[in-house]
Amino acid sequence: MGMGRLSQEQIVFGLALLLCVGFALALPGFLTTNNVLNLVRSVSILGILGVAMGLVVIGRGIDLSLVALMAVSVAWALHMVGTGMPLPQALIIALAFSLFIGAVNGWLVAYVEIPAIFATLAMGTLIYGFGRYFLLDLDVVYMPEAARHILWLGQGTLFGVPVPIFLFAAVCLGGHLFLRYAKSGRYLRAVGDNMLAARITGVPARPVVVLQYVLSSLIGFMAGIVTAASVASMNTRLAISTYVYDVILVVVLGGIGLSGGRGGIRNVIVGTLLIGVLLNGMTILDIQYTVQNVIKGAILLTAIVIDTILNPRDEQTAQQGDI
Amino acid sequence: MAVSDTLVRWRYRLVPDHLLGEILTKRWVDNAIPVLILVIVVAVFGSLIPDFFGAASIANLMRQWGEFALIVLALMIVMVAGGIDLSVGSTFALGNIVALALLSVGEWPVWAVVAATLACGAAVGLVNGLLVGYLRLRAFLTTLVTLIIVRAVVDMLLLKYSVAIAGSFVDSDLWYWFGEGGILGVPFSVVVIAVLAIATHLVLSRTRAGWHVLAVGGSRRSAHNVGIPVRRVICMTYVASGTLAALAGVLLASRLGGAGADTGVGLEIAALTAAVLGGNSLGGGRGSAAKAIIGSITVMIMVNGLVRLGVVRGGSSLMLGLVLLAAVAIDVRWLKNRLKFLNKVYVSPTYAELPAAPSTEGASPYALNDRLRSVEAIGLDRIDGPEDVILDGDDNIYVGNRTGDIVRFLAPDYARQEVFAHVGGRPLGMAFAKDGALLVCIGGMGLYRVGMDRSIEKLTDETNRSWFSIIDDSRLRLADDLDIAPDGRVFFSEATIRYEMHEWPVDCLESRGNGRIICFDPNTGTTRTVLKNLVFPNGICVMHDGQSFLFAETWTCRVSRYWFEGPKKGTVEPVIADLPGYPDNINRASDGTYWLALVGMRTPAFDLALKMPGFRKRMARRIAPDEWMYPNINTGCVLRFDEAGRIIETLWDLGGESHPMITSMREHKGHLYIGGILNNRVGRLTLEGVDTSWTGQASYWGGQSSDGAKP
Repeated sequence: MGMGRLSQEQIVFGLALLLCVGFALALPGFLTTNNVLNLVRSVSILGILGVAMGLVVIGRGIDLSLVALMAVSVAWALHMVGTGMPLPQALIIALAFSLFIGAVNGWLVAYVEIPAIFATLAMGTLIYGFGRYFLLDLDVVYMPEAARHILWLGQGTLFGVPVPIFLFAAVCLGGHLFLRYAKSGRYLRAVGDNMLAARITGVPARPVVVLQYVLSSLIGFMAGIVTAASVASMNTRLAISTYVYDVILVVVLGGIGLSGGRGGIRNVIVGTLLIGVLLNGMTILDIQYTVQNVIKGAILLTAIVIDTILNPRDEQTAQQGDI
Repeated sequence: MAVSDTLVRWRYRLVPDHLLGEILTKRWVDNAIPVLILVIVVAVFGSLIPDFFGAASIANLMRQWGEFALIVLALMIVMVAGGIDLSVGSTFALGNIVALALLSVGEWPVWAVVAATLACGAAVGLVNGLLVGYLRLRAFLTTLVTLIIVRAVVDMLLLKYSVAIAGSFVDSDLWYWFGEGGILGVPFSVVVIAVLAIATHLVLSRTRAGWHVLAVGGSRRSAHNVGIPVRRVICMTYVASGTLAALAGVLLASRLGGAGADTGVGLEIAALTAAVLGGNSLGGGRGSAAKAIIGSITVMIMVNGLVRLGVVRGGSSLMLGLVLLAAVAIDVRWLKNRLKFLNKVYVSPTYAELPAAPSTEGASPYALNDRLRSVEAIGLDRIDGPEDVILDGDDNIYVGNRTGDIVRFLAPDYARQEVFAHVGGRPLGMAFAKDGALLVCIGGMGLYRVGMDRSIEKLTDETNRSWFSIIDDSRLRLADDLDIAPDGRVFFSEATIRYEMHEWPVDCLESRGNGRIICFDPNTGTTRTVLKNLVFPNGICVMHDGQSFLFAETWTCRVSRYWFEGPKKGTVEPVIADLPGYPDNINRASDGTYWLALVGMRTPAFDLALKMPGFRKRMARRIAPDEWMYPNINTGCVLRFDEAGRIIETLWDLGGESHPMITSMREHKGHLYIGGILNNRVGRLTLEGVDTSWTGQASYWGGQSSDGAKP
């Protein structure tokens, strides 16, 4: 990248800084240590989910069932603990459920060849319906006494810094190392860049696609634990909210192209920062929730337009019906 | 016959295996699966819920369905052009609140409310269209975002106006008639969707604009290359979709008269499920109004049925998710594998048993000899595949070739050749009519007449359609050989109705009666099927008596006689039932007997295979066509028989040195001219002890025809 041209990542980072400065000047109390820590803590869950989504998007997929799966599996874990099951056992069962659904997603995309966007959209609806019908009695599952140990993950601090920030950092580090140094991480990028070419060179393309959805469900589960620990409950209506689009917003804004193969964890961090600053600022400004939605929508739309211009769809590898 | 053979024979006689492949070739199969699902859903919920289809229940359900079907129709229009519009649910809610607000708070007249609401929906569609069509954004994400934004706008409007709406009273009969009235007892919303569905169908299937939409959905790049304004077409589909969704919102507003926060929430999933379940493909190119209607009824019944059954708490989400996944999976797999599957199941062999093959050695009339050794070659390597040979009164030779010409070799030495006429298809059997014109059966085209002035005229390319045939058998696929009765009627054989010209040997794997003999009457211009269910009828020759014709059925190795006039009119009698090879063309000989070409000889292995249809079916499914076991069609002979079926002589060419591959022969002035469909020459054999002035034309039409043809 030459000096004259800025990457999307740099632009977004600059925007985030600009917003920071703007808010700091305009809003008293924005730049206090407390608010900044609060800001980062509030977006660290979004960031963790962003890493999960980022991995899938780099592999030229998309996971719209991410939030639904997170909400239902963690709520189920809490529910099981509430009925007397030991915490570790409940967590392991819920995690296994989560990983299984992730694998099913991957199988549907890689082997049945359903477009990722439909497979995961339908899966999201299905998981929510399944959870509400078979697993849970109520929309909101509160954290039972027996699960108090994990509250620390969401509400505790370490060296004066909230724990979720450390978790976000750890997930980012793990994701970065995976993408950069693990063989399967390289495969994932290759498959995302050009699946046919990757397959011809001998990359096990389909298993790699399954892997990316399993990873996303794993990281999503961790994000769910942190969410539940932060507010001491899990609201399954999150599954049918627009939260998952905030996650996509983070990824796309950060500069991970939806056509796959581009970007890394750093993009997720930058995107998270911008969204965090924006949400925090809008909340301090006391902007109405619906208006916030319009603003977020407009920003996401702009981000997609810029993404389309910067990463034009490749007519050779884009398939008919790749919508 | 062994018991097991009998069982196999009845098994293949009673079970029509070939129908599966024929059904799969039909376009309506695309709709058959959704209709089947609909029938199952109706049956299940109808039996689970008493009075589910009672009058009161139906009336209520239909009114709701009208609105839902409009949204599915909207989505279908976008999907068929290769896009997707998830914002329909929000646009629906927007239409609802805007209509109510204008009517209650703005106190606009009804017509203005409807117009303004539709314009509102069209505006949302235009935004989508500009972004997806012109800026080429990803349809899915873009419309998801507009879904969120429009939903947020609806929420804002709700906050502002819902109290005012609830408190006001609309004073308009027309408005209430929208929501509660109907035409002839049919709810208004159902009338609207019926009219719009028919209009959509007509536009998509009959107008230029509709073809553009389908073309863009079928292949965007090709549509662009042929000059269709792809971006504008895509944009317009979104505008149409937004307008229809807003119209559904107006209908909802007139029916309920209130606005809630959950109006249209999750509707896009239900609509998407309905559209895909009806058979509209994701990614475009395949879709219709009928499919949208079928899918919307199915989903409507499922959702309402679950509610009536008392299934709550996410039950309908679970079901919609499952159905959507299953429908998309079927859609993807079906589109990908339909042709592959069709190729596997189309070939459907049946049981066929041939009588024991007569010997070709010793004292047998078929005994091998070398009498074709003295055949001389005409046009060697200058003609490709002369299936039939015929000579005119001036002794010129006419043959067809593989590239769609009728070639004429000029008498007397046949050194010069010219393209007599280019007909385009594969010329097969030929005969001269009484007026001297050449009638030709052209594979893939039908029956044609080529005048001596080289004018080409189609006589017929279709016959009456059978009532119970699944594939359309009215078109002629493989007209093979013909002959002309004294009154001018043309009898010609169509070898098979299931295969095209280039696949004709595959028909032998089936050995079913796929062929027929058809009569074209030039006096009335009509074409009727005369004999059906013949096993590859091939050669045909009007007998010397002028009342009957001989026809050869290639894969059953027999020659039969059919009377079309006289006391035995309409009956078929076997003439030769056990040939040692596969008969092809039959022609008259000078002494009142008949010439017959055997295109290939039977082999014990293939005869055995004919009794084992399961074996041939496995072969057709599991191995490549190049590796299939075909009948031998390389080595054959010419033989002469009389009308009682006695074999008089047989002419062989041992080793195929002078003239391999024989499909026809024609006697003319003491010579026998031989053609072969895979051969590179026309053969000429001098016959001993025959009438050297005899010609085919004189035999058919007396002397005048050959005189008439002379200049």
